[in-house]
This record gives sequence, C-alpha cells and structure tokens, in this order.
Amino acid sequence: MNNLEKLKKAFSDALEIPTETINDELAYGSESWDSVAHLALVASIETEFDIMLASDDVIDMSSFLKAKEILQKYEVKF
Amino acid sequence: MNAIEELFSLPEYSIDNSKKRKLLLMELNELTRFHYSNCQPYKNILNNLRVTTENAFDNIEDVPYLPVRLFKTQKIQSIPDSEVLKVLTSSGTTNQQVSHIALNRETSLLQVKALASIITSYIGNKRLPMIIIDTDATIKNKSSMSARGAGLVGLSNFGRNHFFALDENMDLKVDEFINYIDKNKNEPMLIFGFTFMVWQYLYKKLKDSGIKANLSSTILIHSGGWKKLLDQAVSNDKFKSELFEQLGIKKIYNFYGMVEQVGSIFMECEEGYLHTPNFAEVLIRDYITWKTLPTGETGIIQTLSILAKSYPGHSLLTEDLGTIVGIDNCKCGRKGTYFTVNGRVPKAELRGCSDTHAETVLNSVR
Repeated sequence: MNNLEKLKKAFSDALEIPTETINDELAYGSESWDSVAHLALVASIETEFDIMLASDDVIDMSSFLKAKEILQKYEVKF
Repeated sequence: MNAIEELFSLPEYSIDNSKKRKLLLMELNELTRFHYSNCQPYKNILNNLRVTTENAFDNIEDVPYLPVRLFKTQKIQSIPDSEVLKVLTSSGTTNQQVSHIALNRETSLLQVKALASIITSYIGNKRLPMIIIDTDATIKNKSSMSARGAGLVGLSNFGRNHFFALDENMDLKVDEFINYIDKNKNEPMLIFGFTFMVWQYLYKKLKDSGIKANLSSTILIHSGGWKKLLDQAVSNDKFKSELFEQLGIKKIYNFYGMVEQVGSIFMECEEGYLHTPNFAEVLIRDYITWKTLPTGETGIIQTLSILAKSYPGHSLLTEDLGTIVGIDNCKCGRKGTYFTVNGRVPKAELRGCSDTHAETVLNSVR
C-alpha cells in the first residue's frame, strides 16, 4: 500500500465509509465525521503511519486534503 | 485580518484589555446584527427591549444580553435546520428543562479551536496519555450530545490512548486504573472529569481502598460546578489538597463554562482565579439596577463570547454570582479579566430579576 492508500484506509476504518467515497473534499461535518469519529480517526492515522500528532494538528485536521498537508510535516510523502 | 482572526492569532492571555475590548466589540456588534437579521425570536426580544442594531454599540457593556435559561425554553437558532451539524443539550440539574444549542460547522470548528488555544497554553502541544473519569457510554449517543459528552470529547483531542476509568455503574475500574498509571508512570498524564465525579468516583474510591500514587507531573482538569461538593463542605482548596494527598497531583485546574458557550471556558490559574481567554469577557451586573459593577463587587455574571455564530449566545446573563478580582495584573502572568464564582443566584433574587429583564425577554418570544 502506498501512503495515499494507507491514509484512505485509516479514514475508511475510522469513519466506517468505503474508500471509494474518500476524496480531497471530504471534510469534518460530512458523512459520519463528527467529533467522536475524529478521535477514532486520529488514532487510526497514528497507528497506520506509526506517528504521534500534536494537539494543534489534531485540531487543524478538518478535511482529507488538510490531513495530507499535515502528514507531510511528519515526513509522510504523497 | 478581521477581529476574530486577530484574537485567534495572538498568543492566549497576551492581549491588553483595552485592545481586547475593541476587538471583541467589533465582533460582538457584527454578531448582534447577524442574529437580529437571522433569528426571529432574537429580533422580537431586541425590539421589545427597544434595542436597535442600526448603530454599532460603543461599549461591550451596551451589547444586549439574553438570560441563559432562555435556551431551555425556546429553540433559538440563526441558521436553517439543514445547516445544523449537531445539537448540544444540557442535563438540566435543577429543573427538568434542557438547553438546546444548535451548532453549524463554523461554530463547531471555532469552539474546538478556542478550546485548543486555551488548553494547550496550559499543558503544551504534545498530547498526553489521558484518563477520563467517566464511562464511555457518555459519548455513544451521536445525534444529540449531552453537555457532559461534548465536554469529554472536546478535551479528548488533547490526549491519546484514552482510558475511560468508570464502568456504566460509575464504579472505578480499579485494576485497569492502576495498570494504566503504572504503564505511563514515566511521563505526564492528563486526567479529565467533572468535579463531582472526580471527587466521588475517583478520589473517594481510592481513599476507601487505601490506594495512593505519586503522579507529580500529571495534570488534572475538571469542571461542572461546585454545588454538590459544597453540600459536602468540599471547597476548592480541600479538593486540591486531598487529591494531592491521594495521588500526588500538583497541577489541578478547574474551569468555569457552560453548554450555551462551549469552547469559551474560563480556566483557573495557579493563583486560584478564573481567567478570560482572548475571545471572551465577563461582566458583573447588579441584579437590581442591571448596571455593571466595578472590580471587587459581587453580582450576576454575564459572559461574552465571539464563538456563537449559529445561535444568539454571544452575550448571556448566567444564573451564577461572581466577582472580578482584577484585570491584566494577575500574579500568574496571564492577561485578561480574572474572577471568582461565588455560587448560584438565590432563587428569590432570580424571581426578582425575572420581574424585569428576563420576564420581558421571555414574554417577547412566547
């Protein structure tokens, strides 16, 4: 799996949605992405990439596109 | 940069009060106009109070305020139902009425951002292993989140490997608790819970079981009000000293906040005072004359917050008594107004106020 696939899998697992529906427009507040799912999403991404996100990044991660941007800070390349 | 962006871009608790008031006023004027145009009940109230939004208010003291209990009797929102992301409800401890706060995406994100700005200024940007003194059942109902659930989830963003320490009967999972603190003993942890629950279900259980620990670098944050503990004669000082005695926790911070203004919380400092963050302010009002009171005098707490975009909750009259201790000069080093909460407004006085302001307001939306 490449990093994009891994990230889609993390989103798919946490938000319980099929990977095909995940694109850059997917944002907090849409589908099943609410505040509780956000906690699961963070845990899922951290497990998938073996990283630990800082608080401000957890807060800023409000879309799939934003998640890709943030992960680059943790040396995850897309 | 507009006022709200500027308030968020500056370090938390760093803005001189005169500058902060100017920035808040710009945003509060904007919010008052917006809600007047988009929320019919709010418009009715302001019309009945003979308040006009044609001209901007010159002082934050002039911004009209709604009694917080209004949200318990009416569904008041400034957005169409289709934009509602989630509805927060309060538990309604003293009566059976429940607050109903409709949030859209923008308000929800602002609340989260505001909370992050406050909390990280206390605990840093690194997420800590986190113990939640509650049961995970509290956050399971997604469509309508209780104030308790929203508080837990909001704070959980600042922790990792979350451990819900209570079972569904509110019993401490003692063995798992001991394992968790043992596993994380080499780093600071974050413990969060509601004041009464931390006392009743964590502290008392540990004391009765003779379990002690030395969590000297751990941070305990708690909220939810003191009423139940004051009934047991437990003051904030006693709360801190007993938790230190039992668990060795030195950093214990209470905060004052309400479901009607989530995110806009007033955290206790090392001196024991509650501090207003960049994007909020408190005023103290006399409950006879409704005039604002000077530093040192006790009256009803009014809270102003610029986060409320989806409902007219930017200026609220609480049912709590408070006293402003000072502005910008707390020994802890944080700028802003700092204050104490001195209990609930006695019922008799509340009836007194409802004769005037609250009653006018309530009548105008009935």
